[in-house]
Amino acid sequence: MNSEKKIDQKLVCYHCGDECKDDSIRIDEKLFCCNGCKTVYEILDQNKLCNYYNLDQTPGISPNLNFGNRFDYLDDPSTIQKLLDFQDESISKVTFHIPQMHCSSCIWLLENLYKFNSGVSNSQVDFLKKELSVTFNHIGISLKELVKLLTSIGYEPQILLESVDKKSEDKVSKRLHYRIGIAGFCFLNVMLFSFPEYLGIDVTDAFLKNFFISLNLFLSLPVVFFSGWEYFGSALKGLNKKIINIDFPISLGILALFIRSIFEVATQTGSGYFDSLTGLIFFLLLGKLLQEKTYSYLNFERNYKSFFPLSVTIKIEEIEKSIPINKLMIGNRIIVRKNEIIPADSILLNGDGRIDYSFVTGESKPVGKVSGEFVYAGGRQLGSVIELEVIKEVSQSYLTQLWNNEIFNNPDKSAESYFTNFSNAVSKYFTFVILLIAFVAAGFWFQTSIATALNVFTSVLIVACPCALALSTPFTLGNAMRILGRNRLYLRNTAVIEDLAKVDSIVFDKTGTITQLGKSDLIFTGAILNSFQQKMIKSLVRNSTHPLSRKIFNSLEADDFFPVTKYDEIPGLGVTGVVYGHKLKIGSKKFVIGSYEDDKLATNVFVSIDDELIGHFLVTNSYREGISNIIRSLGSNYKLSLLSGDNEGERYNLLKFFNDEKQMYFNQSPEDKLEFVKSQQKSEKNVLMIGDGLNDAGALKQSDVGIAVTEDISSFSPACDAILDASNLNLIPKFLKYSQSAIKIIYISFVISFLYNLFGLTFAIQGMLSPIIAAILMPLSSISVVLFATLSTNFVAKKMKLLGKGGS
Amino acid sequence: MIVLLIGVSLLVAIGFLIAFLIAVKKGQYKDTHTPAIRVLFDDNSEEKNKEENKSESN
Repeated sequence: MNSEKKIDQKLVCYHCGDECKDDSIRIDEKLFCCNGCKTVYEILDQNKLCNYYNLDQTPGISPNLNFGNRFDYLDDPSTIQKLLDFQDESISKVTFHIPQMHCSSCIWLLENLYKFNSGVSNSQVDFLKKELSVTFNHIGISLKELVKLLTSIGYEPQILLESVDKKSEDKVSKRLHYRIGIAGFCFLNVMLFSFPEYLGIDVTDAFLKNFFISLNLFLSLPVVFFSGWEYFGSALKGLNKKIINIDFPISLGILALFIRSIFEVATQTGSGYFDSLTGLIFFLLLGKLLQEKTYSYLNFERNYKSFFPLSVTIKIEEIEKSIPINKLMIGNRIIVRKNEIIPADSILLNGDGRIDYSFVTGESKPVGKVSGEFVYAGGRQLGSVIELEVIKEVSQSYLTQLWNNEIFNNPDKSAESYFTNFSNAVSKYFTFVILLIAFVAAGFWFQTSIATALNVFTSVLIVACPCALALSTPFTLGNAMRILGRNRLYLRNTAVIEDLAKVDSIVFDKTGTITQLGKSDLIFTGAILNSFQQKMIKSLVRNSTHPLSRKIFNSLEADDFFPVTKYDEIPGLGVTGVVYGHKLKIGSKKFVIGSYEDDKLATNVFVSIDDELIGHFLVTNSYREGISNIIRSLGSNYKLSLLSGDNEGERYNLLKFFNDEKQMYFNQSPEDKLEFVKSQQKSEKNVLMIGDGLNDAGALKQSDVGIAVTEDISSFSPACDAILDASNLNLIPKFLKYSQSAIKIIYISFVISFLYNLFGLTFAIQGMLSPIIAAILMPLSSISVVLFATLSTNFVAKKMKLLGKGGS
Repeated sequence: MIVLLIGVSLLVAIGFLIAFLIAVKKGQYKDTHTPAIRVLFDDNSEEKNKEENKSESN
């Protein structure tokens, strides 16, 4: 255990198990991949906690040791108040969500927190929920220090200020346990007292008989009124809102049994059905608990949105670089270009803000902001590039929420899925149909035997359950969406899967979609650019998010930038602006020189300064790997088209992929692209548009499904329905096939739950199903449908190799 | 007599019921997975080492 581990001759970090570049970072024989891991080892070693490494091999998590003043907000008393579960003069209790915990070593270390700091008196892990509750003396250690301690050993808590509703969830689960306990207790005792009856012993002693019956009656009261309130309460709530929900028939069944039993006891005609009644409620509640446990287990990873990999450009000491949005800290300076979204509440430092808040407020008139003003997250910059200082943590959930905002939803596209609508509609009538069947069946049996009639009535009400129907859609689509997310196709909502399955026509954009700018070459021809000119060009293209602008930006060398005024970007043509008193134009030949004869052989970006042509950048396109395979495999099942804003320079290269020349359209403006999608839709096609989300935003929005392909997911374009990481473009055919399978799975689940209800009802109507059996069957049906939906979506994904590489 | 016995049996059962309710209240059903792992940890590896040394010297 003490020597370095060599797996396949690779140097492996003693702490986290990652591969080490070399053996420069080491303590004794132990190698580390980075200083962070080494620091954690030292901390653990100092506190004599190296047992951590004996429980599991390389259990550690490489920590992020740059706190900066990231946790300063934890000094704020109102924030502390929000996070703490409990506080008195010296003791505080807090619960953290720590997604990193993954093995028994993690549990051991986190539960030994008190050894790091004597201020911590107790820490306890809930492994399945990935939660850590800490009791600490806030005089000995502040909340901020506690969070820093956890971060320094690699377990940074995920602090969400909105998550305050978890306490009520605990209460609900406890209440269910109480209800089950009481119901189970009373049920067993009622059975005990009903034994003479079961065995057919005729109790002659009238006193004893009455004693048993009144005991049963007494015991059933808490079951009906406390345990059964789970159903009555919910049914009443529904009735208040004038909705008959699924708890209504169940409540009716319970009440029917209870009233009938009371009636029999009161008239001394029988001993009632207290055993069925209490058993019924007990099993119903037990099923409910089992159901909830299953759902929460399957829901475990549903919160995919927090992993949505958005990135943002930050500026550190005049160097601009792109980082994932969740690494953004308070105090960072960020750069927001035209059409990009402001990721966090910030102060405007530089540039003119013209910010469109239509995502947030629906008001599309842009708001002007000058430097020094406060800017809310979620706005989209319409003017030239601005520099901001972040003053509040980023809330990623807030940003993804924006994506789901109704404003972006094309009125033709339903946000609610067709299946959700379908099962909602069915559920509505379901209850009425069941009530009808129950009354008719009971009426039929009433003539032969009142007892059977009552049993049939209750059984029918209990056994028929629309939950299986209602659950199959969200579980299938939710899981499919998660699996697609793992393959870096991020969907706006589950309804997109349904639309994907219906697609029969695919439209590709060229630049940035099937060509790969990262690998293309850029050659400047014309007068040699001096450093002043380079700097001017770089300053101008810095404002634009177009792939070609980014490409030019990266190819030029300049350490700082000039301010740009009168910046304008004309989609499909180019950018213009005034830099240092010179008017610059960069873009297509038509845009820069005004000439209409285009050079048809290559993609050129022309540059003019003060209306004088300087030269042009020649861009040689390189196609994404595997693009010919994608197009070939899609070609047989879908109608394919290619739209390009460029000239026909690449026509011959593209012909290799698209065999039919008529499928290719060049010199397309954004409006042309939009019109093309519209015309396709008019001819009854369901169009999937794959583009870069910038100069084809209109087409993406118009299409039935718009997928934005991005290299770094920085230009978050809410117009699209899905965002795809460019490296996984070759999986498009699989994604389409997978969504079709998901829809098939929903249909199969519908059939299963329908068959189940049909069988259950057939037996119940014939009086062959006692209410207790019905109560056991009902939750089983929901669970089986949910399991089927989740497992089969996983199975199909595994078969298609969409699942398995990235774990589980 | 039977009435008395039944009364006693009910009382005993109610005692268990109360024990269950208290267990729920204390949160014993909140997390059933972690305690299963927790019992497997040694209390303290160093103390244990010392004990082992002691038993060896004995």
